[in-house]
Amino acid sequence: MHNGTDPLPRRDSRKERIARNRLHPEHDAVLAEMLGTSRVGPSLWAGPNGLARRNPHRVGFSGPNGIKRIDRSGAQIDTSLNLRTERQAVVADRRTTVEIETPAFLIAVVPDLPGGRLSAHDRDLLGLARQLADADPAVPGAVLAIVFGAIREDGFGTAGVDRLLHSLIHSADQSPGLGASSNTQCRPEARLAVLADVERELLPCHWLLPDSPMGGADLGRRLAARLSERPATQVWQINQDADGKRCNGLGAAGSTDINRPLSRLVLALAECAEPVAMTRHAARPMTLPAPLSRMPGRIQDLGAVAVDPATVALDEAEFILAAGRGVSDWAGFHNAAAVLGATEGASRVAVDDGFMARDRQVGASGTWVTARVYLAVGISGAIQHLQGIKSCDKVVSINLDPDCDMNKRADLAVIGDADEILAALVALQQRIEEKADAA
Amino acid sequence: MPPDVLVESAPADRLGIAVLVSVGRHPLTGRTRRADQDARAYELALSIAGACTALLHAGQNDAENELALRGYLGMVGASESGENTAERLVVIEQAIGADVLPALVNALRELTPELVLCGMRAETGEGSGMLPYLLAEWLGWPIVSGVAQVESVSDGVATLLQALPRGQRRRLSVRLPAIVTVDSAAPGARPSAFGPARRGGLAVSAAASMPDEARAEWLTTPARKRPRRLKIITALSARDRFKAAAAKTQGGGGKVLTGVSPEIGAEAIQALLKEEGVLPS
Ligand SMILES: Cc1cc2nc3c(=O)[nH]c(=O)nc-3n(C[C@H](O)[C@H](O)[C@H](O)COP(=O)(O)OP(=O)(O)OC[C@H]3O[C@@H](n4cnc5c(N)ncnc54)[C@H](O)[C@@H]3O)c2cc1C
Repeated sequence: MHNGTDPLPRRDSRKERIARNRLHPEHDAVLAEMLGTSRVGPSLWAGPNGLARRNPHRVGFSGPNGIKRIDRSGAQIDTSLNLRTERQAVVADRRTTVEIETPAFLIAVVPDLPGGRLSAHDRDLLGLARQLADADPAVPGAVLAIVFGAIREDGFGTAGVDRLLHSLIHSADQSPGLGASSNTQCRPEARLAVLADVERELLPCHWLLPDSPMGGADLGRRLAARLSERPATQVWQINQDADGKRCNGLGAAGSTDINRPLSRLVLALAECAEPVAMTRHAARPMTLPAPLSRMPGRIQDLGAVAVDPATVALDEAEFILAAGRGVSDWAGFHNAAAVLGATEGASRVAVDDGFMARDRQVGASGTWVTARVYLAVGISGAIQHLQGIKSCDKVVSINLDPDCDMNKRADLAVIGDADEILAALVALQQRIEEKADAA
Repeated sequence: MPPDVLVESAPADRLGIAVLVSVGRHPLTGRTRRADQDARAYELALSIAGACTALLHAGQNDAENELALRGYLGMVGASESGENTAERLVVIEQAIGADVLPALVNALRELTPELVLCGMRAETGEGSGMLPYLLAEWLGWPIVSGVAQVESVSDGVATLLQALPRGQRRRLSVRLPAIVTVDSAAPGARPSAFGPARRGGLAVSAAASMPDEARAEWLTTPARKRPRRLKIITALSARDRFKAAAAKTQGGGGKVLTGVSPEIGAEAIQALLKEEGVLPS
């Protein structure tokens, strides 16, 4: 018998033999005893003379077809866990939290927030703002987002916002029927007054606004005129030069590139910078110290005008009801589009079969749509069709086949007969309208 | 020559409109032409009944520009609202590369129109779209951008239809005098007739030019085509980047309702549509 104080290490050749034989019934137990750890044992340990020893049977995992895989990137995947949730958790955890307590300067951003949420354009703009704020790590700046109206976004922090100033002006006149458009341009003069207050109280180092028809282009130019700043418009890039920052923008209706020194007020195009991906910021709410003085606006908003959705161009439509081969009751479909106030779209099969006009086709050889909500009825989701709805926000699918590709893309998939569900939807909507009329 | 000889205010009983026009550039051939949005602005002015329209241009006065500007004068013909075609176009002469803002402010103060119409942005030069906003700030007038239609003008208030993205329209009323900009949502301009364009009067008035010094230092090159971003990949390791690039669309964690009655399915869809705010209220 030997114990820990024995000066001579003794070898048990039987156990060594078992440890070498992976197929021996006592193999795991012996290995664990020899290595003094858990049943499985480490895959890497220091050998008796200091050399690193590796157990090749302990590294890697078995892949989907039972073949052993060794992943040398270090991000090993345990097949016993749900792959998807595991990966998403990893991505979320990788964001480092950044807190800027006393910023040296402020970069003010006024996102469009169509429908109360950050658009892709807004996120690019916030990425650009971070470029400016984090240019010199010794003097960190903070990104201040100034938002108006009703907000449905909760990802300001992950989009790169350090401070959030929420102005509640005209949140009362949010008309629900208009969705994205209702958040824009209602009272530009009131918004301008808020921005002028921010300028007076906080004096941001730069102002960034989206040069977009959603309202940023108008508000940004109003602000530039009010502050007497010459803005850089249609900017698509900011870069650092030997003698300071410069920016590239489009001029002359997009036919020239203008390279000029960076101005204080920048109206930037979409894709001007990569959106923030690796950091999470505080998005700390802020209020303006001064009471906001208001003068009555000279522009009065008389509300949205009902536009016949059937006349709206497909690539401009905000809400599309699209039909595929799964639809057989075409009168019911057209009626549903009218009741729901949706613009009609179609898959290629529906067009080829003559049920819909060619200019209504969605997809690779039709129109690439940008609708916020896309309701696909009886469409299988062929890749040529899915390409066309890449930039749609929310996709709803009605289909008989639970495994079709459209259901994988959809945020909400209802499995059932297209015509029946559409009819139920129409009945539901009409009942609500009647109730509203009676009240 | 004082400019007020050329720029006459509208008679008191008619609505005075000034349309600011510029020299455009054809996007394909690069030839000078009447600017598309400015022509739409003039078209909008012609659709307002009982108005008196003046056309104003500030810029160089050479043969090529004159030919392009005469394109506006050729916009004659039956308009349902009667006679408010401008008899002549006033060119306020400026040096090349001058800042035309002071000249236009002076001319508008002289002319005292009630409504100023112009395009959203020029087709040449910087094309920043700032001019109408600066005019509004200098004159202290309200400005409305992207108007598709002037519905009515009465008692110093104009009712306008503003074009919003996604084909939507918003009705606004604005106190006059006001500046209104027009973009491609407004009805297209009528074609320009050659004879009237040749015969139309073009009055030139001289004004002091303010050189635009900042712009002289900029680097202007023909626009390069920028590649469109296909996919944002936020991966640290090469393995993740490869996986992201090669991945097929996977289920976005969407909700799937299986084996429900049509009514329950319809309710779920309606709830989503309502939350997104796309249903008619
Ligand atoms: C070069 C090329 C370009 C193309 N370009 C386009 C394009 O631009 N746009 C386009 O759309 N297609 C395009 N296609 C065609 C595309 O590949 C598909 O064939 C097409 O999109 C399928 O249309 P669908 O989904 O309506 O029909 P199907 O694929 O037949 O799908 C019908 C779906 O309806 C469901 N269904 C059936 N009955 C019911 C019911 N009673 N209730 C509910 N669901 C039901 C089925 O489960 C099925 O999922 C292109 C193809 C090629 C080769």
